[in-house]
Amino acid sequence: MTTELVIGAVKAIVIVLLVLGLTTLMLWFERKGAALIQDRIGANRADIFGIGKRFGLPNFGIINTVLADPIKMFTKEDFVPDGADRFLHGLAPFLALFPVLVTFAVAPMGDILQVGSHTIDLQPANLNVAALYVLATMGVGVYGIALGGWASNNRWALLGGIRASAQMISYEIAMSLAIIAVVVCYGTLDLQQMCRSQGGVWFGFLPRWGILLQPVSFVILLIAGMAESKRVPFDLPEGESELVAGYFTEYSGGKQAVFMMTDFAEVLLVSVLIVTFFFGGWQVPWLARDGFHFPGGAHLGLPNLAVASLQFVAFWIKVVIFCCLQILIRWTLPRFRYDQLMRLGWKGLVPLGLINLVVTAFVVVVAGGK
Amino acid sequence: MPIGIFVFLAALALIAGFGVILQSNPIHCVLALALVLMDLGVIFMGLGAVTVGFLQIIVYVGAIMVLFLFVIWLLNIQADPGAGRHLGLKLFGSIAAAAMAAEFAVIIVRTPKISEIRTLPADFGTVAALARSLFTDYLIAFEVTSVLLLAAIVGAIALARRVAPPLVLVAPAPSRGAPAPAQPEVPTVQRESA
Repeated sequence: MTTELVIGAVKAIVIVLLVLGLTTLMLWFERKGAALIQDRIGANRADIFGIGKRFGLPNFGIINTVLADPIKMFTKEDFVPDGADRFLHGLAPFLALFPVLVTFAVAPMGDILQVGSHTIDLQPANLNVAALYVLATMGVGVYGIALGGWASNNRWALLGGIRASAQMISYEIAMSLAIIAVVVCYGTLDLQQMCRSQGGVWFGFLPRWGILLQPVSFVILLIAGMAESKRVPFDLPEGESELVAGYFTEYSGGKQAVFMMTDFAEVLLVSVLIVTFFFGGWQVPWLARDGFHFPGGAHLGLPNLAVASLQFVAFWIKVVIFCCLQILIRWTLPRFRYDQLMRLGWKGLVPLGLINLVVTAFVVVVAGGK
Repeated sequence: MPIGIFVFLAALALIAGFGVILQSNPIHCVLALALVLMDLGVIFMGLGAVTVGFLQIIVYVGAIMVLFLFVIWLLNIQADPGAGRHLGLKLFGSIAAAAMAAEFAVIIVRTPKISEIRTLPADFGTVAALARSLFTDYLIAFEVTSVLLLAAIVGAIALARRVAPPLVLVAPAPSRGAPAPAQPEVPTVQRESA
């Protein structure tokens, strides 16, 4: 009992630290990536006692983003506007961040790890209805944004909050349809089981990843996920040219940093979901529990620790690749108009998701005989 | 469900429920209601109906309560200024509450003793069990409900939809004798009936 508690606590701490660390690094990557795309130099100012310069190292701006900026943000004045609802104004950023962070509890980071006599499942919380859990937490995430806009007693903020909640509810439907098609395809709601059933190969060499079974769902989930994270091209809730900064107009310092972190944590979450559903999760091509089985019959045996580490690293590398893709899209496309946003959601993605779901169900029933 | 957790959840539900009816700010009331519904979802999960619990949170907390917030913002409903108003509403509310309390009393009296309660089947609360009973035993009720919801959606759209008159190009009227207008003459788009 005590050992299980310790194992659970360690898994929880690992996932939280990884998510927070990756969120910060993504902020850095976004700044440097934007600079790269726009042919600028980007963040390169802060340095600690000129150490980097003394050794002749180029300044990559990591210290700006990881140390200087957070310190600045959390030491700024925490301003609450006149006439604002003080309680909700303070609560809203955390109502936004918390549901996103708890969703990572079902992220399958690896298959199993043998430590002594214990077999550890590398999913922080093994939930057999994990897909429903993901939908529930993402649905609750709307409150922080909507209330942040309302509690500020500012009409731009309120407009931003209303836009955000309309957008998130609309795209949640498309997202749910994509996830349901995936669930029908794998026949389980358990994310760990989904990853396991993506092991093995087709035709002797092709990894059995979900992207080959559900390409339409992948496209819908990627678009709807980006709309959920409210970033360009779906950043109407914060549209600077119309609404100052949207729902966080009246936020400063630490609370604003929490809203910013929510955005990046959502990008990470979308990547985790896409990798889990469509890119094998922790599956490394041709790697089984006892080592590599290369196409052509070659076999390379590996101990459990090596297999588990490879899977863990592969999962996070895939996640980072999809984070990079989203950052690339963010700096490439212009913002949608509001009617375009709604048309894409309701007339594009929702019917597409419905058709995809019906076809998937039909094929599963005909082929699987379930 | 351990009794301690149940007591905690039930107390939270009661407090939040009082929050719904005792606060004057409608937004705070909606939030308290969302808390009640979430709490009920967690109680469902604790009693073994995990799927129903999650669906409760997805549908009620994630969608319906957000729509409530929307409606309050769109209609710009302000805090209720006086406690002594809406007497008729309160009268009918009291009658409805009394009827519901009586109903609850009947249910509690009729509840079987613990010795008569059967143990739950092993797959109770799973998606498969829920779907099987929904699509076999209760198929007609399920389909009728969905048709009812569809009718509600169509009705709402029929009420909310306004048919806009077609757009036509209207050239500005030529001015005779008067000096030429300073700005260039640009045909403007106007509604026909405007």
